[in-house]
Amino acid sequence: MPQSLQPWFLVIQRLGIALLTLVIVSFAVFFATEMLPGDVAEILLGQAATPEAVAGLREAMGLNEPALSRFIGWLIGLARGDLGTSYVNNIEVVELISGRLVNSLKLAGVTTVVSVPIALSLGIGAAMWRGSVFDRIVSMLTISVISVPEFMVATLAVLIFAVWLGWLPALSYGVDVSSLSAILKAYAMPVITLSCVISAQMIRMTRAAVIETINTPYVEMALLKGASRKRMVLVHALPNALGPIANAVALSLSYLVGGAIIVETIFNYPGVAKLMVDAVSTRDLPLIQSCAMIFCVSYLSLITLADVIALLSNPRLRR
Amino acid sequence: MTKTPTNWTGRDDAMVEHMIRRGASRRDLLKMLMSSGIAAAAGGSLLMRASAAVAATPVMGGNFKAAGWSSSTADTLDPAKASLSTDYVRCCAFYNRLTFLDEAGQVQMELADTISSDDAQTWEVKLKPGVLFHDGKTLSSDDVVFSLKRHLDESVGSKVNSIAKQMTEISKVDDLTTKIVLQAPNADLPTILALHHFMIIADGTTDFSKANGTGAFICEVFEPGVRSVATKNPNYFKAEGPYLDSFEFFAIPDNNARVNALLSGDIHYAAAVNPRSSRQLDGNDSVATLVSTSGNYTNLNMRLDLNPGDKAGFVEGMKYLLNREAIQKSAFRGFAEIANDQPVSPANRYHNPNIKPREFDPERAKSLFDKAGLLGVEIPVVASDAATASVDMATILQQAGSEIGMNLKVDRVPSDGYWSNYWLKAPVHFGNINPRPTPDILFSLLYTSDAPWNESQYKSDKFDSMLVEARGALDEERRKAIYWEMQEMVANEAGTAIPVYISNMDAFTAKLGGLKPNPLGGMMGYAFAEYVWLDA
Repeated sequence: MPQSLQPWFLVIQRLGIALLTLVIVSFAVFFATEMLPGDVAEILLGQAATPEAVAGLREAMGLNEPALSRFIGWLIGLARGDLGTSYVNNIEVVELISGRLVNSLKLAGVTTVVSVPIALSLGIGAAMWRGSVFDRIVSMLTISVISVPEFMVATLAVLIFAVWLGWLPALSYGVDVSSLSAILKAYAMPVITLSCVISAQMIRMTRAAVIETINTPYVEMALLKGASRKRMVLVHALPNALGPIANAVALSLSYLVGGAIIVETIFNYPGVAKLMVDAVSTRDLPLIQSCAMIFCVSYLSLITLADVIALLSNPRLRR
Repeated sequence: MTKTPTNWTGRDDAMVEHMIRRGASRRDLLKMLMSSGIAAAAGGSLLMRASAAVAATPVMGGNFKAAGWSSSTADTLDPAKASLSTDYVRCCAFYNRLTFLDEAGQVQMELADTISSDDAQTWEVKLKPGVLFHDGKTLSSDDVVFSLKRHLDESVGSKVNSIAKQMTEISKVDDLTTKIVLQAPNADLPTILALHHFMIIADGTTDFSKANGTGAFICEVFEPGVRSVATKNPNYFKAEGPYLDSFEFFAIPDNNARVNALLSGDIHYAAAVNPRSSRQLDGNDSVATLVSTSGNYTNLNMRLDLNPGDKAGFVEGMKYLLNREAIQKSAFRGFAEIANDQPVSPANRYHNPNIKPREFDPERAKSLFDKAGLLGVEIPVVASDAATASVDMATILQQAGSEIGMNLKVDRVPSDGYWSNYWLKAPVHFGNINPRPTPDILFSLLYTSDAPWNESQYKSDKFDSMLVEARGALDEERRKAIYWEMQEMVANEAGTAIPVYISNMDAFTAKLGGLKPNPLGGMMGYAFAEYVWLDA
C-alpha cells in the first residue's frame, strides 16, 4: 500500500468499527428494554389495564409477534432508512424526532460555538502561565463549576435572571423568537448552564495536555534556542497536544445531544433527551431504538472525528 | 391590604375563597375566622378581598398560556385514550360532551338538549340543533352513535371500555335523537356521559393528529409531548364564551420550573403546584391560587383474603393506627381534607357526612392487634412514588406502629410497573384512586364482589344487591339513603383505609378571571379554557 494512502485506510477501518458498535449498542438497548416491567399496552392503559383490555390493545397494535422478530424487522427497516412508527401514537418516528433533533442540535451548536473557544483559550492560557494568579483563579473556578450540579446552576439562573431581575424568559421554547435579541435572550440561560457543565472538563484536560508537552525535551529545546514563551507553547507544544485536546472536546460535546435532559426539563426545551425518557417510560421500542441510535451516532462521530484529528496531526501515529 | 393578620398567607386567602364558592355565608366564615383567633375587623377585610376575586365581569381577548405537569409522546387527541390531565384539558377545549358537571356537582346539558328515560334503562338523547364541527359539518346523532360505540371496540383501547359495556344498544332515531339501551337500569347515565372520555367526535374519525370537534377552541398546532396551540372558535354554540382569542397549552414537569415560569410572567397558569411552593407564592400580589378537593385519594389496602388482613381486628386496628391529622399536616402540608375510609368525597352530592373519621387511637389499635396475635410480627407495607405521598404515609404509619410494638416494614418499590406488579396484589399496599363522578362508578369499580379493582377483595352480597337497587332507582331520596348506608359499610367492613382526600392547588396570574373549583378536578375539571378571561 502506498505510504500516502495509509492514514485513509485507518480512517475507513475506524468507520467500520463504528458501524459494528452501532449494531451492538442497538442489541444492548433492545435487551435492556425487554427487561423493563410491562409493555406498551399495559403502560398506555395504566390502571385500566384489565387482562382483556391489554390483550385487545396488543392485538390491535400488532404486539403479539415476538419482540425479537419485531426488533429484527425494525433493524431491516433501518438499513433501508426507515425508522419505523411509534407504538404509542402511530406517528412516524422520523416526524417525532426530526423537529426535536433540530432543537437539540441548535442548542448543542450554539453551546459549542460559545464554550469551545473560551475553554481552549482559558486552558492554554492557564498552561502557559502555570502557577500564576491567572492559573489559580481558572483552576479554582473550574473546580467549583464541576462540583455544582447543573440543575442547581439552572435553577439559580432562572431565579436570578427571570424571576427577580426579569431580564430573561424562564422558558426557552414557545417564547417570542422574532428578533435576534429575542433569540439571544431565549438561548442565554440554557447555553450558559450547559457551557458551565462542559467547559470545565475541557479547560482541565487542555491545561493538562499542554503542560505535559511543555515538559518534554523538545519544547525545552525550543526554550533554550531562544523562542518566546508564546511561540514555545503555540508553535511547538500545542500541535503535539492536539490529539488529547480533541479527545477531551469530543467527549464533552457528546454530552450535549443526549445528556442535556436536565436543561431540557428546567427550561422546558423539547429536545431528543426528553424524547428518549418519554419513549422509555412508555416502552415505545422503535422510538427508544431510534433515539439510542442518534445518541450513539453523535457520540461515535465525535470520537471518530477526534481520533482522525489526532491521527492526522501526529505523524507518529500513522505508522 | 392593611388589616391582614400576621401569619396570614395566600393559602388562607385561597381557603376563604374556596369556602365562599362552596356556599359558606359571611357569618359562617366570620365564625370560622374568630375561632382561629382572627379579630372580626381584620376578618371582614379578608372576606372582601376573597369576594372580589370571585365576582368580576368577563373581558374579551388575550392569548392565554397555561402549563400542566405531565406531557409525553403518549399525549393524544383521542378522547377514548385520554389518560392524563394534559389530554383532558385538550379534549375539553376542542370537543364537547353531551353533559357536564357544574361546580356543585350537578349534571348540566352540553351538546344534549335533553336526556330522558322512564325506566332508567332505555334512554333518549336529544341534541341541540345547529351545532357545528370545526370543519363545518353539522352535529347529528350519527356522530353520537359513532363516538359512543367506539368505546366498545377493543382495538380502540378505550379507558372506559368497562363502563361503556353496559350500553347494549346505541342507535339513531332521527337526525337529532339517539336511543341508548342499557344492560340494566342505571339512573346515572347522564353523569356517566359527563366523563371526559365520552367527548363527541365527528362520525368516522380515525385520524387524531388534529382535532375536529365542536369545542370552544380550534386546534392549530398539536405536537405530542411538546405543546398545542388553539384559536377561538367563532361559531361556538354556547351563548357565552370563549373569551380568549387563543389558548396555548404545554407541560412543565418540574414543579420549580413551572412556578418560576409563572412568577416571571412567561405563563399565566401553573397547574398542580406542589404545596412546598406555597411559601414562594405567598406575598406575591401578582399571583393567586385555586384549591380544589375533588376526591382523589391515596389509600392503604389490606387484602381480606391474605395474611394478615384475614385476621379479625387487623384492618380495624390499622384504621385506628393511621394518624390522619399528621398525614394531612405533614405529608400534604395542609392541602388535604380528612376522610372517613370511604371513597365518596364531600365534593360529591351523595357524600355521607354522618360517618366521622376514626380518631388516631394507638391504644385501641394495640389491643386489636394483640387479640389478632400480630404484635411483633413483621408486616411488609408496600409503598411507591407511583401512589402519591404513599411513602410518607407509610413512614407515619410505621412510626405510630413502632410505639405500640407493631413491626411494620416499609417496602419502597419503584414507580415503574407499580400498578401491574404490586397494586391489588401485595397483602398490604397503597393505591391511588382518581375522582369518579358517581358513587355507582366508584363502588362498581372498587367494592362489589366482581369489581375489577377490588383492592381489598371485599365481598358482600348485601352490598352488591344494594348497588343494583340504587342504580335503577329514579327516586333521588331513596338512592341517597342507599348510598349513605353503602358508604358506612365500606368504612366499617372493607379493607381499605382512606385517610385523606387530596387537594389540588393551581397557581395563576391575578389577572385571570372566571375560574371556579370543580368536583372533577383542578383547572375547573380541566375545562377552564372556555370559561376564563384575562384582564388587560
